[in-house]
Amino acid sequence: MVTDLGIALARVLFVMLFVLNLGGLLTWVERKQSAIMQDRIGANRASIFGFRILGLFHPLADAIKMLTKEDFLPARADRFLFTLAPFVSVFFALVAFASIPFGDTLRVAGREIPLQAITLNAGVLYVFAMLSLGVYGVMMAGWSSANNYALIGGQRAAALMISAEIAIGASIMGVVMVYGSLNMMEIVRAQGAYLLGWIPLWGIVTQPLAFVLFLTAGVAATKRIPFDTPEGESEIIGYFVEYSGMKFGMFAMADFLETVVIAGMTTALFLGGWQIPYLAADGLRFPWGSVVALPHLAVTLLQVGAFVLKVVVMIFFLMLVRWTLPRFRYDQAMRLGWLGLFPLSIANIVITGAALLVLGGRA
Amino acid sequence: MRLGQRFYLVEVFSGVGLTARHFFQNMGRHLAHALGGRGARGAVTIQYPEERRPYSPRLRSLHRLVRREDGSPRCVACMMCETVCPAHCIYIVADEHPNPEIEKMPQRFDIDLGKCVFCGFCVEACPEDAIRMDTGILEFSSYSRDGMIYTKEMLLALEPATADGRPRSPIPIPADRRA
Repeated sequence: MVTDLGIALARVLFVMLFVLNLGGLLTWVERKQSAIMQDRIGANRASIFGFRILGLFHPLADAIKMLTKEDFLPARADRFLFTLAPFVSVFFALVAFASIPFGDTLRVAGREIPLQAITLNAGVLYVFAMLSLGVYGVMMAGWSSANNYALIGGQRAAALMISAEIAIGASIMGVVMVYGSLNMMEIVRAQGAYLLGWIPLWGIVTQPLAFVLFLTAGVAATKRIPFDTPEGESEIIGYFVEYSGMKFGMFAMADFLETVVIAGMTTALFLGGWQIPYLAADGLRFPWGSVVALPHLAVTLLQVGAFVLKVVVMIFFLMLVRWTLPRFRYDQAMRLGWLGLFPLSIANIVITGAALLVLGGRA
Repeated sequence: MRLGQRFYLVEVFSGVGLTARHFFQNMGRHLAHALGGRGARGAVTIQYPEERRPYSPRLRSLHRLVRREDGSPRCVACMMCETVCPAHCIYIVADEHPNPEIEKMPQRFDIDLGKCVFCGFCVEACPEDAIRMDTGILEFSSYSRDGMIYTKEMLLALEPATADGRPRSPIPIPADRRA
């Protein structure tokens, strides 16, 4: 009983610390990656006893700065909702990662431990639901600030989220149809099959169109450039215009956490999650017949490592997109969501259905 | 627009490819330098306080008053610079020079750098080549307006910059910041 509780706690803690630390580290990644992309060096001045270690102290300095800044409350703002909004934003971004599996079932001392924070049969829907609930924090911030620009920002966030979430949901449907499950663990496990005996049957292979649609809508769901209409620094400052100190920091944090969640979801649904090509439960089994046996623990560690690596690469890609593309105008973002992504993802469902019908059952 | 541009996704990928190429190229150069390589640098950044770009020899920087061999100012207090100065930032009080061959010398020669526009007219106007703007010093600041007024003694103590524009004398500390 106590051991079970401990194991459950360890699973939750692992995921939480992974997401939180990665989210915190993303402020550094963003600074440095954008700098290197633009032939610059990037923030490197924060130091402790003269040590700078590539500017890694900057996230720390940021946190100290934000915690010690004035916690401003606008005179006409709704005190309760204004304070609650950033917490809601961060909370839903954090819990969304819970049903994404980071490894296969671990067998230790006769126990079977599924390597995900919570095992849910409707895991896909859960992530989806938590991601959309996150927009309530943004809307609350917009409404409760008693500031017209914040209100416009909150309203834009809601509109953008709806148009993006529909495309996300509809594009995921294709994946769910192919792998025949809403359980994230089952979906990842099903991606261990091979097409023609050697092509890993990852989501990106079976659902290339859905991958592009999901990624585009996912970037929109993170509210970052090129879909940063809710913030719109150049025009309305956005839903957090009245926020200061750590409350503002939490909104920034929520954006980074959502990036991690989108990267994790893309990994789990389209990039084979913790799957490594040709790595079976008992070792490497190459299509040309050679077998390299590996102990269970090594296989599990490799799988967790592969998952983390895939998430990091996905985050790198999302950052690359964020620092490459110019931002969409509000109406362009709406048009892309409703007239581009949504019909295409519906078409994808129809095509997938027809293909499954022709090929017979699950792929 | 071409069809590919209308579709947007193609252009997205070409753009991402461009920035990714920059990233990996610069990353490779950074790594090569970290391992002791001597090739091209990964960034064009000049780390300013520690590292400076060479200044042009024509750069107009902080003024200095040129000294005679005995250390007295070469200036003869002819008021040419004070007259020509468009910002009215030079203030000279003339005095007799002990040597009868030299007409006058400045008793006071103050430049209010808070007003100076660094046009260099004073240097051009000077018949004695007594004022120059070749110290290479650019960083002078003060918390007060009075602190921006540099006196004759401060300006006389300055040396010209080296050939690559590096200042040779320390930045003068204005009177209000002196302990």
